Amino acid sequence: MTKQVQQLDRVIIRFAGDSGDGMQLTGDRFTAETAEFGNDLSTLPNFPAEIRAPAGTLPGVSSFQLHFADHDILTPGDAPNVLVAMNPAALKANLSDLPRGADIIANSDEFTKRNLAKVGYAESPLEDESLSEWRVHSVPLTSLTVKALEEFEISKKDAERAKNMFALGLLSWLYHRPVEATIKFIESKFAKKPDIAKSNVAAFNAGWNYGETTEAFSVSYEIKPAKLAPGVYRNISGNQALAYGLIAASVQSGLPLFLGSYPITPASDILHELSKHKRFGIRTFQAEDEIAGVGAALGAAFGGALGVTTTSGPGVALKAETVGLAVTTELPLIVVDVQRAGPSTGMPTKTEQTDLLMALYGRNGESPVPVVAPSTPSDCFDIAVEAARIALKYRTPVMLLSDGYLANGSEPWKLPEIEDLPDISVEFTTEPNGEDGTYLPFKRDTETLARPWAVPGTPGLEHRIGGIEKADGTGNISYDPNNHDLMVRLRQAKIDGIDVPDLEVDDPSGSARVLVLGWGSTYGPIAAAIRRVRRSGSEVAQAHLRHLNPFPKNIGEVLKSYDKVLLPEINLGQLALLLRARFLVDIISYNRVRGLPFKAEELAGVIQDVIDSE
Amino acid sequence: MNGKGLALIPRAEGKQTLKDFKSDQEVRWCPGCGDYAILAAVQSFMPELGIKRENTVFVSGIGCSSRFPYYMNTYGFHSIHGRAPAIATGLAASRPDLSVWVITGDGDALSIGGNHLIHALRRNVNLNILLFNNRIYGLTKGQYSPTSEVGKITKSTPMGSLDRPFNPISLAIGAEAGFVARTLDSDRKHLHSVLREAAAHRGTSLVEIYQNCNIFNDGAFERMKDPATRDAITVRLEHGQPIVFADQAVRLARTGGVEVVPRESVREEEILVHDAHNPDPSLAFALSRLDEPAFTHVPIGVFRSVDRPSYDQLMSEQLEAATAKKGQGSLSDLLHGGDTWRIS
Ligand SMILES: Cc1ncc(C[n+]2csc(CCOP(=O)(O)OP(=O)(O)O)c2C)c(N)n1
Ligand code: SF4
Ligand SMILES: [Mg+2]
Repeated sequence: MTKQVQQLDRVIIRFAGDSGDGMQLTGDRFTAETAEFGNDLSTLPNFPAEIRAPAGTLPGVSSFQLHFADHDILTPGDAPNVLVAMNPAALKANLSDLPRGADIIANSDEFTKRNLAKVGYAESPLEDESLSEWRVHSVPLTSLTVKALEEFEISKKDAERAKNMFALGLLSWLYHRPVEATIKFIESKFAKKPDIAKSNVAAFNAGWNYGETTEAFSVSYEIKPAKLAPGVYRNISGNQALAYGLIAASVQSGLPLFLGSYPITPASDILHELSKHKRFGIRTFQAEDEIAGVGAALGAAFGGALGVTTTSGPGVALKAETVGLAVTTELPLIVVDVQRAGPSTGMPTKTEQTDLLMALYGRNGESPVPVVAPSTPSDCFDIAVEAARIALKYRTPVMLLSDGYLANGSEPWKLPEIEDLPDISVEFTTEPNGEDGTYLPFKRDTETLARPWAVPGTPGLEHRIGGIEKADGTGNISYDPNNHDLMVRLRQAKIDGIDVPDLEVDDPSGSARVLVLGWGSTYGPIAAAIRRVRRSGSEVAQAHLRHLNPFPKNIGEVLKSYDKVLLPEINLGQLALLLRARFLVDIISYNRVRGLPFKAEELAGVIQDVIDSE
Repeated sequence: MNGKGLALIPRAEGKQTLKDFKSDQEVRWCPGCGDYAILAAVQSFMPELGIKRENTVFVSGIGCSSRFPYYMNTYGFHSIHGRAPAIATGLAASRPDLSVWVITGDGDALSIGGNHLIHALRRNVNLNILLFNNRIYGLTKGQYSPTSEVGKITKSTPMGSLDRPFNPISLAIGAEAGFVARTLDSDRKHLHSVLREAAAHRGTSLVEIYQNCNIFNDGAFERMKDPATRDAITVRLEHGQPIVFADQAVRLARTGGVEVVPRESVREEEILVHDAHNPDPSLAFALSRLDEPAFTHVPIGVFRSVDRPSYDQLMSEQLEAATAKKGQGSLSDLLHGGDTWRIS
């Protein structure tokens, strides 16, 4: 039987199952195949905070969404075209996101009375009419897998576990994905358990063959590779890109990296990643708490290391006092906040942009700190290098605001040429800078206002620094009122004077009247929404901030050159508050704080409304 | 004493003197404060180590005692309340060529910084922690501290404090610190001998220094200083020596701990011989409990000095092992690792 092949320009698939079903792994592998094939892609994992919520329940559902296309795309997609539901809970939890007409591939074996009852289905939705508006493919994934693995000497449980590989095989067939790398991956993942490796490969192949032979799937789909800019690509998540960026910053600065960190979702993966790269001279220190994590990083910075601490909002709250110490001792330090839904514990695995004001103002005293934010997963690499550049050049702590969406989402990344990375090397002070051979630790560079950095081990430059106010120049303890006023202003002026690139505006016709401004991870959804609006014939401009303190010098001018400025944020208007105060511009805020990224369609509607309203 | 504490620290070329270690800053403790004596003792002790002054760093928290680094002509970091062990940990772990000293008070180390202290001790980074115990909050003008005796009347406890104090030595031994000692501000010779052993120990050394705050807790250690009482309560611990003082001796008790008995009532071989190097901390802990209730018998000296690899050393070894196995990291290889594809 030759099957029909249909061409598509893009597809959004969501794999959903119980936390124990291996959906993240399945999604990751499908992503790797897709990346290898050359589609542009964007991913969105979504998992519960509980490691194993009770099996088969709604809170236990874990999912992974992947958007891939033959052209460049900006988001993991609003609504899936295909839902793979490994059990009734996965179906129920995701159905409301599924547009009519989408495909559902459901593991019918799991639609038992008991499992149905767990999520409140009286009847199996696979058997009544309730799913008639979707295209349902009922596939007994578990029993097909077990059957395919009959010849292997493994337990029934292990055989059942391989059902995610069966599903992956089926989907790989359905979308013409290359399979070699996945087979290699399985073999190496289970290298120590050859039986498991073989059976998983067999399950994967069985899934593929099932698609090829069964009549249940009469059509398969082809999505041509995307025409991306020439270069070498890899798929990368935000957290991994951030870790690599920090390593690059260490290499480019010539300083050993010291990470002080305490595990917290969704930042822990940066600690895990950096812990693997000891060959780069990286020291990773899992501290007793966040305060010790940042303290150790600052201590290392005092000793001449590139000091970094990584955390999420609750950890930033704990680190505040030490960041203030870094501000006043004027030592370089990078504080990475992978934001998550708050306040307090909030929703640890969900994303938010609610720490902006804390990053800027969450300390005692006048305590200015530069703030940068990446706009896409791969931008996490560049922003880490940028954070290091600012920290080292200006001797200041820098806040880097990533978030859960960027951290776990992934996209193809065009690898930079090493020669193109900025040189951020620093020179320690080794000679006295005062009269008669003294060392003045707070005598500033006249251009950058940065203070000299002399590290222990340097003879003749022994000096003391600390949290008490320092006399300008000498750094000796000073309670002089005028000196304090001067130092407060100098510290502020140093941060205000940081060289930040101008804000670029994307306004193709030059005649748009509405500007959509964003910062951080909303870049993708905003840009996708802008495309839609433009396609439907309206004019709209877009600008995105990567530097939130100081702002680009031209930002006031940009804001004032549009009739209306729309600012979507996943908070209650924190950046809007700042811009209104600073530039007296009547920003139109759009805020949703659901722990989820914006959808392009949603934003397109909002943008259109702003354009149309008068 | 394992003697390795200074092994990685560059030696000074010429001879150093006390003057080299005095900074030009005016010392600003209350006249008569025990901190002066400790400062003078440390300044006069440092030249003996023979290490480069520029490779010496004093890190402190907040409190009267924590002003200490300003007065030492070395590198110094006066940080924030309770966090000095954490900051010093990052410094010492990334710079094994430095001799890092933490200066802390009883409030700084045991109240706000209690967590960092126990973890520093457990971790065993190459640090020397000098805990100035005046049994009071000095800088904030006299509230009771976690080492104040129960019933302490202070501004914040007008009817007496309710909570039991920590015994810092018991706490440190409980955290399995490798080096734990106690000394006294007024006994320069003893202070020097303890500092000497602490510096020579590689790993975290905790030295509790009884320090008189003559403003808010004057005379807290008077019984250990007054010739009329001092010898009857001070138990000088010396490794390899039987534990005897005045006309008393220490022996194992039936309860499992140790006890003080009249010397004449015990046979020579019954007297406990102090073994600071015993890997099992139980006896050292029992000795720390001799001082219950406080100031009946106060052991001073080195309770415990046990050699185990320091954290910074182990960390460096991991870096070296990783590099030896696969060579130094290459950024290009790192970025191009994993699944890549080329678009032309
Ligand atoms: C975060 C913070 N909380 C409180 C204080 C106020 N404070 C400064 S020193 C101190 C206690 C000092 O006592 P101790 O550590 O025993 O030092 P001493 O002054 O007795 O040497 C307190 C509560 C502070 N500086 N920082
Ligand atoms: S208050 Fe007490 S501890 Fe502080 S300087 Fe005065 S005497 Fe010393
Ligand atoms: Mg005190």
